Amino acid sequence: MKPFAYVRPGSVAEAAEAFAARPGARYLGGGTNLVDLMKLGVEEPGALVDLTRLPLDAVEEVPGGALRVGALVRNSDLAAHPLVRERYPALSQALLAGASGQLRNAATTGGNLLQRTRCPYFQDVSKPCNKRTPGSGCGALEGVNRDHAVLGWSEQCVATHPSDMAVALAALDARVELYGASGVRTVEAAEFHRLPGEQPQRDTVLRPGELITGVLLPAATAGLPSRYRKARDRASYAFALASVAAVLQVTDGVVEHAGIAFGALAHRPWRARRAEEALLGAAPTAAAFERAVDLELSAARPLRDNAYKVPLARALALDVLTRLAPPAATA
Amino acid sequence: MADTTTAPPSAPERREGPLKVTGSARYAAEHPSPGRLFARPVPATVARGRVTGVDVRAALETPGVVTVLTHENAPRLGEGDDPTLAVLQDDRVPHRGWFVALVVAETPEAARAGAAAVRVDCAEEPHDVILIPGHPSAYVPEEANAGHPGLRRHGDPDRALTSAAVAVDVRYRVPPLHNHPMEPHASSAHWDGERLTVHTSSQGTTVVRAVLAGLFGLPRERISVLAEHVGGGFGSKGTPRPDVVLATMASVVTRRPVTVVLPRRFLPQVVGHRAPTLHRVRLGAGRDGRLTGLVHEVATHTSRVKEFVEQAAVPSRVMYAAPNSLTVHRVVPLDVPTPSWMRAPGEAPGMYALESAMDELAGALGMDPVELRIVNEPRTEPDSGRPFSSRHLVDCLREGARRFGWDGRDPRPRSRAEGPLLIGTGVAAATYPVLVQPSTAVAHALPDGTFLVEINATDIGTGARTVLAGIAADALGVPPERVRAEVGRSDLPPASLAGGSSGTASWGWAVHEACVGLAGRLSGHAGPLPAEGLTARSDTRGKADAESPYARHAFGAVFAEVAVDTVTGEIRVRRLLGVYAAGRILNARTARSQFTGGLTMGLGMALTEGSTVDAAFGDFAERDLAAYHVPVHADVPDIEAHWIEEDDPHLNPMGSKGIGEIGIVGTPAALGNAVHHATGVRFRELPLTPDRVLRGLTEAGAH
Repeated sequence: MKPFAYVRPGSVAEAAEAFAARPGARYLGGGTNLVDLMKLGVEEPGALVDLTRLPLDAVEEVPGGALRVGALVRNSDLAAHPLVRERYPALSQALLAGASGQLRNAATTGGNLLQRTRCPYFQDVSKPCNKRTPGSGCGALEGVNRDHAVLGWSEQCVATHPSDMAVALAALDARVELYGASGVRTVEAAEFHRLPGEQPQRDTVLRPGELITGVLLPAATAGLPSRYRKARDRASYAFALASVAAVLQVTDGVVEHAGIAFGALAHRPWRARRAEEALLGAAPTAAAFERAVDLELSAARPLRDNAYKVPLARALALDVLTRLAPPAATA
Repeated sequence: MADTTTAPPSAPERREGPLKVTGSARYAAEHPSPGRLFARPVPATVARGRVTGVDVRAALETPGVVTVLTHENAPRLGEGDDPTLAVLQDDRVPHRGWFVALVVAETPEAARAGAAAVRVDCAEEPHDVILIPGHPSAYVPEEANAGHPGLRRHGDPDRALTSAAVAVDVRYRVPPLHNHPMEPHASSAHWDGERLTVHTSSQGTTVVRAVLAGLFGLPRERISVLAEHVGGGFGSKGTPRPDVVLATMASVVTRRPVTVVLPRRFLPQVVGHRAPTLHRVRLGAGRDGRLTGLVHEVATHTSRVKEFVEQAAVPSRVMYAAPNSLTVHRVVPLDVPTPSWMRAPGEAPGMYALESAMDELAGALGMDPVELRIVNEPRTEPDSGRPFSSRHLVDCLREGARRFGWDGRDPRPRSRAEGPLLIGTGVAAATYPVLVQPSTAVAHALPDGTFLVEINATDIGTGARTVLAGIAADALGVPPERVRAEVGRSDLPPASLAGGSSGTASWGWAVHEACVGLAGRLSGHAGPLPAEGLTARSDTRGKADAESPYARHAFGAVFAEVAVDTVTGEIRVRRLLGVYAAGRILNARTARSQFTGGLTMGLGMALTEGSTVDAAFGDFAERDLAAYHVPVHADVPDIEAHWIEEDDPHLNPMGSKGIGEIGIVGTPAALGNAVHHATGVRFRELPLTPDRVLRGLTEAGAH
């Protein structure tokens, strides 16, 4: 292991300064992914800026009905929070579908968003990976790619983002709060992660040194019916083969609001905007759901080993939407 | 024969339990000694080729690195029987992951950094790592693993199949599987003058000592190998692995204590794996269900390093009466890591294929699958013609059916649904041979009224200490609390390894004999014992390894109920029940743990465990416990294990058969058969992951 500096700042400003002052610095949350990557030689930070003493560990109600989640709130705590369970059930369900109890106790909200792909080629420094070493090639494109992307991939990278939580945040219209040299800004959770394009080494739209300070769960989706469902190879402690988070509001027999996001299909949580548009104003019938979901998934380009993801994602989405719709509508 | 039994609360608890749950049990890497060094191997990153140069300069400049060993400067090893242990001896790279250097450092972190800094240049050669049906390099080996003939033929199976009233011709695939014991392979070696002491995670240190003596040219008396506690092995620690050779090598060079712990991600490539098997099973039967022909053909791979042939067609020589049969193995040497033993080698994959095919035949006949097995019960072992020492498969099937509630089952596939869930039940038989090895033991009666039994048995987590103390107590006629069993040290009387479900039978026999001898001496002794106590020795050579006129096997029946989610293709096991006939059960508590552990591992083999050979890179794609999916608690329902007590005088003085492996056998077929019953779709490739299940449901139009 390469020697590295370790600092534990007490404020957001100090953290950003500490990061800027040290070349090759990385922010450290629960360490459930970064420390593994350091052991694998994938990450070799010059310094770790430990954020766990920052005062960002609360879930607070914001005037107007939104909920602000500090970046350091642990996944277990967020999943169990009464207001999250009551107002954003998809988020609680997504968190509990992820990792294991021990990992959720350690993992933070910000760290969860910034976890790296579990692509085996990314994790193995003896193999090519454009995300890890730009220009080295992609081992997965023609390799073992059962777990890889079917949407939005590029010749450079077919990795998927592994987070369950981020999928729910994308569907719920959450926003990610950032602090950086140029000040404070927020971005939509659904736009926080990137598609790989020509720069697969960039997972997110974070600017250098920018720090996640929290996640804003909006008033607009608070209390709306929402669900998360994930398919996986074993009952717990497995990444999604495919997953879906959906928010559905039906008023007077028509869809008034739809937020749908897929997990494990792409380099980022895949917000299904085309499906949502197709549903808005429509009656929430089984046929309407099928049309909308098929429209979205028609863009899929499966790889050799992962064609199953398209029908699996379709089945998950139809199941979740059907359960969210008022019983009479789909009967 | 008694009624079936479950664990009574009176069975002794395992003796080292408190040490383990309090964290005070020491494992192979947990023996610090002053000046200890840590060594980390460097794996080859080509699938086939030759090392043309190793640049160790950067590694040697890494703070804390003491030395780097390569094939150019490592000590020459003596000739050994196992070429996978010939590490750092030449420039050949037979597969990706083969060790090409060893970095020895003051700390594990420095060793890791040093290993990352070693630059290895290789002349890469084209490689072939993919087992395909009909591979041009396939050949029929003379012997498969454990000395079984590669091919056996009786009668005219082709004609029998052509003329059969009902026949099935089906193919199954079992992927590579990994042992992945909780404790990775690890060894610590140190010298006291000319004496070498090695702590290693092994299933048998007598063998480790012999191998080290040969490789390093040392007399056995100057080597002590210890394995006091072992965190599982499942076959992958049956014989020495490269870690113990590398630790010893590094301690020879540095004359300091050295520990090698293989990282989890290295294990698939260097400690053996269950080779993939491609099965073709053809069964022909009359309308009454009686088999007229049975053909089980297995294709598998081995490495270029040595031939290991998973004996997956062998159980088809044991199970059912079929006058015409062919059982044959074909093996393909590929540029892959060397396969080796994994729990129930041969039986686990072979019985998946045979017992799935029997289920398919039952469907074709319109016959109950329990009944089909019963009508094919042989009077003697089909292949050898020898009588069975005891065989209670039919009793296991009937007792299992009774406990499971099999009678009244609607046999029609896809006959039971709960909303999106399809529910089904399945059955399969299980078998595992009775193996036994010669061992020696010493029993002491001590003046304080206690007894000490010494034998180099190994407790790999099974409760061997506890069971051996019980066997000794029985033979001596004293309570087990008065008996101490010392195991896990090569300085103790030599004994066989913990493998092939043979440990308790082999060690127990020697312990029993020593204790019977000691009891005889005690009965002839008057007055207080001398200070040194009384001692008796045993050696079961000539008895334990004597050829038996009987075919000796344990049998069992596994029943399973599953729910298949038609939305996701996910399978959840609702019930899993095994009934076994395995001779006399010596400790109900530890035996139950063995059975249920095997059933759990069989559940993993059926549903979650699978490994993929990467065609481009030549290694396994799944190399950590996040990617190689062993079942987690949430996958495992309340498993029931029961047994039928057998009274078999043709085994050993305790009347026991092995129980360590039979639990994994049959379980994958029982689950697969249950999935077929639930869905009406026959899946023939393991594991039954959601992608495969969903595709099968869709293709069958059943989605």
